[in-house]
Amino acid sequence: MFYYEKKLQYPVRVSQCNPMLAKFLIEQYGGADGELAAALRYMNQRYSIPDKVIGLLNDIAMEEFSHLEMIATMIYKLTKDATPEMMKAAGLGDHYSIHDNALFYHNASGVPWTAAYIQAKGDPIADLYEDIAAEEKARATYQWIIDLSDDPDLNDGLKFLREREVIHSLRFREAVEILKDEQGKKKIF
Amino acid sequence: MKKQLPPEYYKLLEEIQAIDFVIVELSLYLNTHPHDMEAIKQFNEASHHSMLLKIEFEKQFGPLMNFGKSYSNYPWDVDDSPWPWQV
Repeated sequence: MFYYEKKLQYPVRVSQCNPMLAKFLIEQYGGADGELAAALRYMNQRYSIPDKVIGLLNDIAMEEFSHLEMIATMIYKLTKDATPEMMKAAGLGDHYSIHDNALFYHNASGVPWTAAYIQAKGDPIADLYEDIAAEEKARATYQWIIDLSDDPDLNDGLKFLREREVIHSLRFREAVEILKDEQGKKKIF
Repeated sequence: MKKQLPPEYYKLLEEIQAIDFVIVELSLYLNTHPHDMEAIKQFNEASHHSMLLKIEFEKQFGPLMNFGKSYSNYPWDVDDSPWPWQV
């Protein structure tokens, strides 16, 4: 089961209300390579992955939920004081007409999240390679958002998240090697 | 409505976030390096340190966790603000 702890994984601060940055950031909330997709992908793959790497998928899934909460906090803080005019000027007029200032799982272009973004093939190598690719795409997305952002406080949190993608990718690569070793051992018998 | 939080809240919270990050990072590492004795020692020490910090934090600022992982004061304060996105 799950327990909630009333704290973020890493402090999230923003310098000022900035719905334009929130619009870009929503990509990492409800986009194809975002945190929701990552968390749900790993949570679902863990049932059919070999025992040796279940723990890793489980832990990374948990961390992705913590990142989802950080992204949500960033978006919330960037938009909570935004007027309808500010939302409209930032390209969030469509969002506002449907959701007011509420958050929703869609990408930077307003396309709602879909399970078509993620996969579970049951083949451990295929699944882990997808996971590695997902981490690299998320890392790149964080970099593009940092490049677009002029908010040093926001960027501090985004850089933390970017670095976590690097670590996750590394651990998934190690998991692939662990599975390859296992497979090699079986052939000896 | 919104409680004014003392600087000590942020200081202690950041200490907890720092040590809990050590725990997350060591956990992922140990999942693929299960025989690293030194890392396991660090994991156990960090876990203990985190527990002590949370006891101290909860004494001053109330429960961190739900469903019985923290004790409630009177009246019930497990659902008290601030929530993480409000600080």
